[in-house]
Amino acid sequence: MSTNIDVSNLSLVLSFGLVFISLAISYQQKLNLEKETIISVARSIIQLIIVGFLLKFVFQVDNVWLTLLMSAVIIFNAARNAKYRSQGIPGAFQIAAVGLTISTVITVGILVMTKVIEFEPYQLIPVTGMVAGNSMTAMGLVFRNLNQQFNDQQTIVQERLALGATPKLATGSIAKEAIRTGMQPTIDSVRTYGLVSLPGMMTGLIMAGVDPIHAIKYQIVVVFMLLSATGIASVYASYLATRKFYNQHWQLVLPNQK
Amino acid sequence: MKLTVENLQMKYDQTTLFDNVSFSVQDDDWLTITGESGSGKSTLLKIIAGLVDATAGTVKLNDKAQWDYEISDYRQQVSYAVQSAQLFGETIRDNLDLPFVVRDQEPDVERQLTLMHAMELPEDYLDKDIHELSGGQKQRVGVARNLIFPPKVLLLDEIMTGLDGATKTTIWALIKQMQEKYHFAVLSVTHDSDEINQAQWMMHVNDGKVVLDEH
Repeated sequence: MSTNIDVSNLSLVLSFGLVFISLAISYQQKLNLEKETIISVARSIIQLIIVGFLLKFVFQVDNVWLTLLMSAVIIFNAARNAKYRSQGIPGAFQIAAVGLTISTVITVGILVMTKVIEFEPYQLIPVTGMVAGNSMTAMGLVFRNLNQQFNDQQTIVQERLALGATPKLATGSIAKEAIRTGMQPTIDSVRTYGLVSLPGMMTGLIMAGVDPIHAIKYQIVVVFMLLSATGIASVYASYLATRKFYNQHWQLVLPNQK
Repeated sequence: MKLTVENLQMKYDQTTLFDNVSFSVQDDDWLTITGESGSGKSTLLKIIAGLVDATAGTVKLNDKAQWDYEISDYRQQVSYAVQSAQLFGETIRDNLDLPFVVRDQEPDVERQLTLMHAMELPEDYLDKDIHELSGGQKQRVGVARNLIFPPKVLLLDEIMTGLDGATKTTIWALIKQMQEKYHFAVLSVTHDSDEINQAQWMMHVNDGKVVLDEH
């Protein structure tokens, strides 16, 4: 098996032709996505170049504090992204930042303690990125689902409040449904691992020349990790954000109607 | 019992919905509130129920401001019933259990059945799927939720709109009968001509002004 996975600069430039396929489709179908595609591609290239050099530096320095700082930056960015998906839920950034920190610390902490990964920057930082990224997606779904449900069920919620129900009682199954929405995509995608797609971690290891049997062990750990991370993030985001839909007088306040 | 509304004002952005609204009701009073659509009648009831904050003014129950009460306790005493009640859960029982749950009490099936009987709903409907009920039946369950523990003030927000004559009569008879027995005050927002004709006290909301008179 060849372990040469270095892409030459020429190959990289030639593969840029793939972007033109996407642009051609957009142009031909009048999707008006050309500008957005070019900006997205340019952004991703610049971001990846910066991250590539940054990671190389952090791995070389191999300092605990720098590793933790890098993890904190990942969580900060993920929290900002989750906030954008909250459609105006007050305090969404704080909820996301704390929730992502909890889910990352617990999940990555267990992986380090069980010696699945070592406390080394080249292992810790990519794993933190995976955990925070998936938690962020789950939180975004939870936020969006809460907005949707509170909008759809505002009359029912108000009638429960009018009968003297506490906000928790008036919320009914809304919080639970939102948690389910946050966790479901992970469960769905995990179910088809190996049948439909070879997941990222495993693909990367196999391409780097690792024995597929070793690669699947890591992938199985990733499954456990993502289930835990999205579970913790969804529960935290749902219960904390639900409170933001009520004011101190137990009145329903919809974020987009303020 | 006395419910007092003092200088209530409601503004949205720069628009004043109403201003300087003051009145009071006591045991056995029945106040009928009329006015154009969008004049703020429903908002007035929601403020009294504590579901919306007024921009100024106070609501007092027995000379104590509404927010000095424990919120759940206040809403149990000042009960708000809405037009086209939305039922929750799966069955009628889920709806009639909630008033017991908010009072930390075990649901009293005997009491639930008595009220269903008064609303002319068959006893075996207690576990009936709410999605199989007609509009009139849903509304009767909705009002039953407000009456299973008789309140001190009952707020009715166009509860008769869109109902057939028989359903109106049933709901009406029960509210009247319970008022005679428990002496609560009723504030009723309505467009129903029968109700307006029978009104004891009338309040008309128009152009942000409220006019109160004996009918």
